[in-house]
Amino acid sequence: MADGITFQLEPGASVGVVGPNGAGKTSMFGIISGDIKPDTGTLSFAGHDLHRASVSARCRMGIGRTYQVPQPFEHMTVFENALLAAQQGAHVHGHDSYEMAYGSLERVGLADLANRPAGSLALLHRKRLELARALSTKPRILLLDEIAGGLTDAEVVELTTIIRGLQSDGIAILWIEHVVRALLSTVDRLLCLANGALVADGEPREVLASDAVRTVYLGGKIINEHGVA
Amino acid sequence: MSKVKSLQHRSTGSITVRRSRISPLITLSGAVVLVAFLSWAPWILPAATVSIFMNFFILVIMATMWNLLAGYAGMVSIGQQGFVGLGAYATLYFAIKGVNPFVAIPLAILACGAIALPVTFLVFRLRGGYFSVATWVIADSAMLIIGSIALLGGGTGHYLPGLTNLSPDQLNHYTYLATWVVALLVVVATYLLLRSRMGLVLASVRDNEVASRSAGAKVTSTRRMVYIIAAAGCGAAGAVLAISQPFIQPGNEFNLQWAAEMLFVSMIGGLGTIEGPILGSIIFFVLQQLLQNWGAWYLIIFGTVAVVVAIWQPRGIWGLLRDRFNFELLPVGYRVVAGKEVADEAA
Repeated sequence: MADGITFQLEPGASVGVVGPNGAGKTSMFGIISGDIKPDTGTLSFAGHDLHRASVSARCRMGIGRTYQVPQPFEHMTVFENALLAAQQGAHVHGHDSYEMAYGSLERVGLADLANRPAGSLALLHRKRLELARALSTKPRILLLDEIAGGLTDAEVVELTTIIRGLQSDGIAILWIEHVVRALLSTVDRLLCLANGALVADGEPREVLASDAVRTVYLGGKIINEHGVA
Repeated sequence: MSKVKSLQHRSTGSITVRRSRISPLITLSGAVVLVAFLSWAPWILPAATVSIFMNFFILVIMATMWNLLAGYAGMVSIGQQGFVGLGAYATLYFAIKGVNPFVAIPLAILACGAIALPVTFLVFRLRGGYFSVATWVIADSAMLIIGSIALLGGGTGHYLPGLTNLSPDQLNHYTYLATWVVALLVVVATYLLLRSRMGLVLASVRDNEVASRSAGAKVTSTRRMVYIIAAAGCGAAGAVLAISQPFIQPGNEFNLQWAAEMLFVSMIGGLGTIEGPILGSIIFFVLQQLLQNWGAWYLIIFGTVAVVVAIWQPRGIWGLLRDRFNFELLPVGYRVVAGKEVADEAA
């Protein structure tokens, strides 16, 4: 799953994660968010040991995440999805929680659909809602799990624009993505995992050009300046 | 602007959030008329009708609690009859100890809530069907334990003491009022709970527990709280059941039939809505009155209604009405109102 992975993330950093299927990327996210209990190792956030912290406690501390397959509350409206996150994750109440939830929806371009049932949304909007819900928890670090997967080129551009906007707010971003061009336009550091281990860590283009990464992830192909293999 | 305020708007500067589509004044007026009528019912309606109303209120209490548990928190219990029985027997115990049975109602409610707390640590280790079966096992175990206590009449039952000083009319009126007040409090408390932040958490847990946790919700403690509230509510139903049918036997009070009725009325009325169990209870009693002379057909028709609703209208009759007429009697959701819409309504 994930073994011997060690790295540190600074506030406001923007880090991409690549690797073949089964590399342990989502498992690593699960360990950070608390969905998966590690057998051993240490995990700390802002000086706090996360070993005993539950998923919800980690969220309230400032670790927000999205899932590879969007997980909307289907019978609730789009606004209520974001509102729950604002009230529980960010611990904001009353009118302030309304403002925070709506602000997140505006930020991801879902404000017009605020009263729609979340279950009726198409894939792009579900991904946006996933992002809006994570933002409503007022995260200090945001874990994005293949949020650009399955989207058209134009939709990927829209999404990366939103994510770059988050960086300017000082939110640290850890982003698993197979759409490499989306990562290259956004992150300033790249991790590559394979077989549960960290293979490379550094400047994105250097990482993608390294022999180890080309072997385990790109099958030896060279990445051009547009990030296309 | 006055109309905007009357619609329970919460202006937040850039947006407005509305909780109700109809004026609270209209809702309140309707509620006052209904409460006044139902409070006077024993003095203006025949005794047989009053008796039906009492049974109706008891079913509303049970179904509202079961709906809170299953329809909102996603915990499908088939053991809530255990708390109905414990509520009835707690009332009996306090009455034997000299407490007025009507005063024993809140004590029985507290007792059931207290018993439910340790039960959660056992049943919350299980999920889905295993959880359901475990609740049933606990209910049956409680029945066997209560049935072995001689003080409470053992397996043969015990008459509820403390009611003989009342005339039959007084007993009937007081019992009716107790049942009605408990039903009203249960529905109002459920409504307020679901309009609170906890209501949003419950709805999210029902939809997706994993996502709810990752959005910061304290899922386990919320579910525990709801389980305790539902147990206390079913205990209240048991307490008023004990007073309305004062010969108390384990087989009656812990009867699985209570669980079946809670499930039936919640399902046909509409799971996950406050109005659903109430409407379901009305349908149940209307069908019961219409079909009471039909023998076994009575149960077959009930079953057919349940199957038809489950297949073609899984959101229940209230769900159908709500979708068709875009109307909610007891709304708990949040609706964002855009600036233009607010302006239109205010005009």
